[in-house]
Amino acid sequence: MAWFIFILLAVLTIGGALGVVVTRNVVHAALALLVSLIAVAGVYLVLFAEFLALVQVLIYGGAIIIVLLFAIMLTRSSDYPRVTDNKQWPLAALASLAFLGVLAPSFIINSVEGTEAQNASFTGIGESLFTTWAVPFEIASLVLLVALIGAIIIARSDDGEEQG
Amino acid sequence: MNCVLGPGNILHDTLLFRVIYDGVGHVLPCWLSYAVAGLAIMLILVNGVLLGAGLFSWVERRLIGRFHNRIGPNRWGPFGSLQPLADLVKLLLKEDLTPKGADRIIFAIVPVAMLAPVVLVMAVVPFAKDTALANLNVGVLYILAVTSITSIAIFMAGWASDNRYAMFGASRGVAVLISYEVPVVMSLLGVVLVAGSMSLADIVSAQTVPFLLVQPLAFFVFFAGTSAELNRTPFDLAEAESELIAGYHIEYSGVKFALIQAAEFGAVLTSSAVMVTLFLSGWSGPFSNYLGWAWFLMKIGVLAFIFSWIRATFPRLRIDQLMAFAWKFLLPLSIINLFATALEVYFLRDSAGTLDTTDLWIMAGINFGLAFACILVFGTLIREKVRPAGPATGATLSPGEAD
Repeated sequence: MAWFIFILLAVLTIGGALGVVVTRNVVHAALALLVSLIAVAGVYLVLFAEFLALVQVLIYGGAIIIVLLFAIMLTRSSDYPRVTDNKQWPLAALASLAFLGVLAPSFIINSVEGTEAQNASFTGIGESLFTTWAVPFEIASLVLLVALIGAIIIARSDDGEEQG
Repeated sequence: MNCVLGPGNILHDTLLFRVIYDGVGHVLPCWLSYAVAGLAIMLILVNGVLLGAGLFSWVERRLIGRFHNRIGPNRWGPFGSLQPLADLVKLLLKEDLTPKGADRIIFAIVPVAMLAPVVLVMAVVPFAKDTALANLNVGVLYILAVTSITSIAIFMAGWASDNRYAMFGASRGVAVLISYEVPVVMSLLGVVLVAGSMSLADIVSAQTVPFLLVQPLAFFVFFAGTSAELNRTPFDLAEAESELIAGYHIEYSGVKFALIQAAEFGAVLTSSAVMVTLFLSGWSGPFSNYLGWAWFLMKIGVLAFIFSWIRATFPRLRIDQLMAFAWKFLLPLSIINLFATALEVYFLRDSAGTLDTTDLWIMAGINFGLAFACILVFGTLIREKVRPAGPATGATLSPGEAD
């Protein structure tokens, strides 16, 4: 049963990811990405990591994709509705191949012993996040804060006057 | 065949699932009865929400008719109660139009994507003692995650319709959703802090004093935020009929329109159900072991009535007022509530980390004072901030100036 669901989710994940690359329409690409990300949340569910799955849906489904869609909507993508690649695609291919080159050996060399899927409690996640991993957590929030302030400054500098 | 659901299975605690599974398991093979039980539960949920939405559409139209001093639908059946049926038949028989420039696939997915979160939310809400379909230990987070999909559905509706009005409505709707999501989540944190759990069943059993009294500020923020997220009248900028005709569902007709409407009316009921669970102590009440569902339905009815009341009473806000209300009024209130609650829980809890009824009453007293003070202070502040510098609107004209 779990195998069947996992295969289904894997097909959805890879299919969505392929859809992002293959489709000629930017909005379709964003929605295909949504399918892929939510299928990943399903993989977390199969692993009994409910908290992680829900956070995945909340952050990636609810927030990231919406930001992407807003970005598509507010830039002048309607002038180029059928353009989804440009001259930089060899660079992108190189970058993703390099990433694969890092990922694949790390899986092959560092073979992790499979353990029984356990129901991870979110209190445990919270405690380790705010004690053991407090510094990385704070750094990540700082990065986000900087990005936010930067966005506000960029938005303000152009038409801050007329908007009041 | 005799199928037994082991205690290790996550659906073991779901009573309804187990009963159906055991019953069907006598005749069918185990994997099939597993699927049958799942499908039966889905059928109950979907139909429950849809029937509720139909009923509520009639009740609300009657109520708003009364509030507006007119009659409302009264032709079909006693007091017009068959009106939803007539509407349904009309919408089913209407031609299902798709605009020429529309993105056909996405256009067709939208009604489902809108209705699905509404139905899915009900999966974790406990109707009575031990009758939640799935008692997740991250139930509150589940509700937030599932409802966050609605904003994408709205965007898809606006984009796929190939209509400027739909796109305007969708961008407004999404902006409202993501703005109000922040104070709503912050207000829920207060509830989770007091209950000490994110499971909805635990939150209900923690409410020896209803959290409406313990967390008045959170309830206020959650109620206002939800009613904005539901696109109901004081906040229905996304479908302002005087400006945008109908917003993001302007191009929808026939069955698809029926589904979108069902999602909107159903969303009122499911949000009421969530609020009942989080703030009005859910199914508990006298004789709640047997009459839990009745208490639950009655409390949903009261909240849905208040939703209709607000919709019938308040005039529509402007878009800047709407945003100011979220960011300058609700968000500070929810942050204050979160800090106050955190402090209270920190000082009042005993060594085991739990709060007893006396503690909850003390918190209720402090929080009510805080709520009144905060709403007064921020209400005064926002009134000055919101007043536009540009051409005067009705709100800013005093009788002397109204020339």
